Amino acid sequence: MTGKTKKALTRQEQFMLRHKRHHHQITFFRALLFVSFLALWEISADLGWIDSFFFSSPSRVAVCFVTQIRTNSMLSHIGITLLETVASFFLVLFFSLAAATLLWRSPRLSEILEPYLVVLNSLPKSALAPLFIVWLGTGIKTIIVAGMSVAVFGSVISLYTGFRQADEEKITLIYTLGGKKRDAFTKVVLPGSVPTILSTAKVNIGLALVGVIIGEFLAARRGLGYLIIYGSQVFRLDMVITGIIVLCVIALLFYKTIQVLEHRIRIRFKM
Amino acid sequence: MPDILELKNIGYSYHNLHGETRALEDISFGVGEGEFVAIVGPSGCGKSTLLSIIAGLLAPEQGTILVNNPDGSLRYPKIGYMLQRDHLFEWRSVYRNVILGLEIQKQMTPSRLQAVNRLLEEYGLDKFRDKRPSELSGGMKQRAALIRTLALEPQLLLLDEPFSALDYQTRLTVSADICRLIREAGKTMIIITHDLAEAVSLADKVVVLSSRPARVKRIMPVRLTLKDDSPLAARNAPEFQDYFNRLWEDLTHDR
Repeated sequence: MTGKTKKALTRQEQFMLRHKRHHHQITFFRALLFVSFLALWEISADLGWIDSFFFSSPSRVAVCFVTQIRTNSMLSHIGITLLETVASFFLVLFFSLAAATLLWRSPRLSEILEPYLVVLNSLPKSALAPLFIVWLGTGIKTIIVAGMSVAVFGSVISLYTGFRQADEEKITLIYTLGGKKRDAFTKVVLPGSVPTILSTAKVNIGLALVGVIIGEFLAARRGLGYLIIYGSQVFRLDMVITGIIVLCVIALLFYKTIQVLEHRIRIRFKM
Repeated sequence: MPDILELKNIGYSYHNLHGETRALEDISFGVGEGEFVAIVGPSGCGKSTLLSIIAGLLAPEQGTILVNNPDGSLRYPKIGYMLQRDHLFEWRSVYRNVILGLEIQKQMTPSRLQAVNRLLEEYGLDKFRDKRPSELSGGMKQRAALIRTLALEPQLLLLDEPFSALDYQTRLTVSADICRLIREAGKTMIIITHDLAEAVSLADKVVVLSSRPARVKRIMPVRLTLKDDSPLAARNAPEFQDYFNRLWEDLTHDR
C-alpha cells in the first residue's frame, strides 16, 4: 500500500518537474531571442552592416531615451498618451455598455440600428480623424474622440451579441420568480456577460491606443504619436524608433494590467 | 378534494409567417387542493405551453381558468415554477441563489429569510450555503432549486420535466425525494413528465394528452395500495403495472 502511494507520488513529482522545466525553457528562449535580437542589431549597426542613421541601434535608442527625458519632455509625451488612451478606454467601456443595454432593452431599436452599426464598424476610423480636427480642434479632446471612434462600434456590437447569448431559460426563471425585464438584465444578462465584457475590454485597450496614436499623428503637439511623426519629419530616426519601443512597452503594460484585473474578477466570480 | 383550479376549454396556437400551429385544443381538467397531477403526452405536444399558461407566462387564446379558493377569494394561487434544469447561477453562492426570488420581489423580510434557513437546514444544505452550485451533487442542486421555489411560499407548484437532466439512478431518488418534500410542505403540484412510471408513482391523477394539437385523451385517477408515500415503493404496488399499461396503450395508439 505504502509502496504504491510512494510510486504515485514520484510520478506526480516527475510530472511537476517536467512542467517546471518546460516553463523554464520557454522563459529562457524568450529572453534569448530578445537579447540576441538586441545584440545582432547593435553589432550590425557598429560594423556598418546596416546604416545606423536609418535603423538606429539599441545604444542610440537608450541614449536618445535618456536625453529626451532630460532635455525634452519624454515623460510628458508618455503621460499624455497614457492619459488619452485610458480616458478613451473608459469612455468606450461606458458608452458601449450603455448602448448595448439600450439595444438589449429594445429589440425594435436594435433591429432599426443594425445596418448603421455594421457600416460604422467596418468604416476605417482613421478617415474620420480629419473631421474631428475640424470639429474639435487639435487638442486632447480630438485625440480622445479619435481613440474612442476606433473601438466603440465594435465594442457595442460584441457586448450586445454577448448580452443576447444569455440563457433564455434562466431569463424565464426570473419571470417565473415574478421578475421584470429589468431583473432579467441585472440578475442574469449582466453577470452572465462578465467574460464577454472582459474580452471586449482587452480588445478595446489595444484599439484605443491605435486610435490615440493615429490622432496624435494628425493633430497633436504632445504625445508619442507626435514624437514619432516629428522625428520622421526632421529625420531623427532614433527618436522614431525610441517612440515605437516605448509604445511597445506601454502596450505590454496595458495588456498585463487587464490580464491581472481579469484574473482577479474571474476569481471573484469563480469563473 | 375541491378543485382549486379549473381549466375550461383552453386553446392556444403559435403564429409565424408560414401560418398557424395549433398547440392546445379544448383542454379541460381540474386540480384539487394538495393534489399531485401529472401531465403526460408525446414529445412536442404542447405540455410546456400548457404549463406556461397555468403559470400566467402566456395568455390562453381560448378558454378560461377558474379559481375556487377555499376562502372564497378570487385571487389566483401563487405559483412556483421548476424548470427542466436547476438553473442555479454560478456567479452566486447557494444561499444567494435560493433567496433570488425574495430579492426580486423585495421580500427579504426576517420571517421569510428564517423560513429559507429552516429549509436549508431541513434539506441538509446548511453546510453548503456559501459554496458555489457547481460544488453540489445533482440531487442537492435540485433541492436548492426547490428551496428557491418554496421561498416565495407558492400554493401551486408547476414542474416542467424537472428531473430530465439527471441520469436515471439519480433521477429515481431525486424525484422521490423532491416529491416527498413537496407533499410534506402540503403544496399542490402539476408535473409534466414523459416518464410514465414516474407519472404513475408520483401522481394522484394523470392527464394524458394526444399529439399536436394536444387534447385531453384521458384523465386517470391513480389509487395505489401499499402506498407509504414513497414513489419508489409505489413502483411495487400491485396496481402499478396495470396503470402503466393503460397509459402506454393511450400513448402508443394515438388517435
